[in-house]
Amino acid sequence: MNPRALRLRPALILAIASAAAFAVALARAEIPLEQRRSSYADMSRDNKAMQDDDTSNPGMLSVLDGEALWSEKAGAANRACADCHGDAKSGMKGVAARHPAFDARLGRPVNLDQRINICRSERQQAAPFALESKDMLAMSAFVAHQSRGEPIAPPDDPRLAPHREAGRAQYNARQGQLNLSCGQCHDDNWGKSLAGNTVPQAHPTGYPIYRLEWQSLGSLQRRLRNCMIGMRAETYPYGALEYVNMELYLMWRARGMKLETPGVRP
Amino acid sequence: MNGRLALALALAAFNAASSQAQSGLVPYQVVGDAIPRSLTGAPGDPARGRAIVTRREYTCLLCHSGPFPEERFQGNLATDMRGAGARWTPGELRLRLVDATRLNPATIMPPFYRADGLNRVGPAWRGKPILTAEQIEDVVAFLSTLRD
Ligand code: HEC
Ligand code: HEC
Repeated sequence: MNPRALRLRPALILAIASAAAFAVALARAEIPLEQRRSSYADMSRDNKAMQDDDTSNPGMLSVLDGEALWSEKAGAANRACADCHGDAKSGMKGVAARHPAFDARLGRPVNLDQRINICRSERQQAAPFALESKDMLAMSAFVAHQSRGEPIAPPDDPRLAPHREAGRAQYNARQGQLNLSCGQCHDDNWGKSLAGNTVPQAHPTGYPIYRLEWQSLGSLQRRLRNCMIGMRAETYPYGALEYVNMELYLMWRARGMKLETPGVRP
Repeated sequence: MNGRLALALALAAFNAASSQAQSGLVPYQVVGDAIPRSLTGAPGDPARGRAIVTRREYTCLLCHSGPFPEERFQGNLATDMRGAGARWTPGELRLRLVDATRLNPATIMPPFYRADGLNRVGPAWRGKPILTAEQIEDVVAFLSTLRD
């Protein structure tokens, strides 16, 4: 062996070793695009009917509240969303399908709720909605509802890539006292029964959802928090960048799937 | 396996055993694929073990099923527990409960008697194993009764 090859060896060994470590961490395969399904498909006939019929979908009440807020003047600017954006039907169509998006001024990705709150504070000069509050969820349900049936279309923005990859790493990392990763349930064991609950593929198609167990509407971050508590992991405060990064990865994983907002889930 | 790797693995096992002692857990010795000796030095109680296995907070039936006709919701992410006592010796069951990742690094079976090397554990659970040494022995005693 020539000396040059010899010098390369430690690097090579390191590369092989880290490739092996990677293989353990990323042993699972992502779900092939054509096998992806919304957990709508796993629901009972009654729950599907509840989601499908706008007069029985409890999430539609919040959509109606959001519609009222849309044209209500607010803040020191005394302006309504409608004053800038006009009719939400056209102006807001597809917006939820391309969030989280990169906010150049903040230098980080923001989800739909945060985007709405940026308008609240900057354009309306009003207090931002508290995350998970009734008004916040009503407004984001109303805006996301305008994208119902639209395919999820994550922006092709290179500034988002490191955040999406951070989200992917979190998704694949074991965490909590139960030492599980998100992917071990949602990629490796979807469709199976976790004490009677069908493990879904974890696609963020219906958010905010009306969850029967909650008896209320809740955001995707609330759902992530639920799973993290289930794993006995430390949660993040609502709005944390870590959650937004995970949302970015989940939306990318669900690219092309159709939004259902407001989804109903058991 | 080359010699250096074997040595590294042995050292890792040694470190695991000593950090166990640091985190207040009872040290134990792995022999082959088993922990032959009771963690408490005494046999467990199978009736208490059954109660642990069926209690939701201890998680077993999230993934497993077993001979528990009164439990409506059982999981199928893992094997049925029937016959576990025929498939495994008490020492083998003990290691599988204490830390199944020692046998299969990719397993989803949580390490029930480990408090270190975990990532982002919530404050309510930090520094504690899922089950105590006594509870591990109770579950081992119960599983050993599942012969068919
Ligand atoms: C032990 C299994 C398990 C782990 C680990 C887990 N989840 Fe879940 N997840 C579930 C189950 C089961 C549901 C369905 C609702 C329920 O029964 O609670 C669910 C629901 C979801 C949903 C809602 C899907 C929908 O259709 O609305 C999302 C999104 C999700 N999980 C993401 C995650 C993420 C991200 C992580 C890691 C931080 C994670 N989950 C960890 C079991 C798990
Ligand atoms: C999150 C899922 C999960 C939970 C919770 C869980 N297990 Fe397991 N268990 C598994 C899997 C998967 C295996 C298969 C071994 C492997 O993956 O290498 C296993 C293996 C076993 C085995 C050996 C295989 C056999 O013959 O049945 C026993 C015994 C066992 N588990 C008992 C328990 C008990 C008792 C509890 C609760 C104290 C428990 N498990 C909790 C997933 C789980």
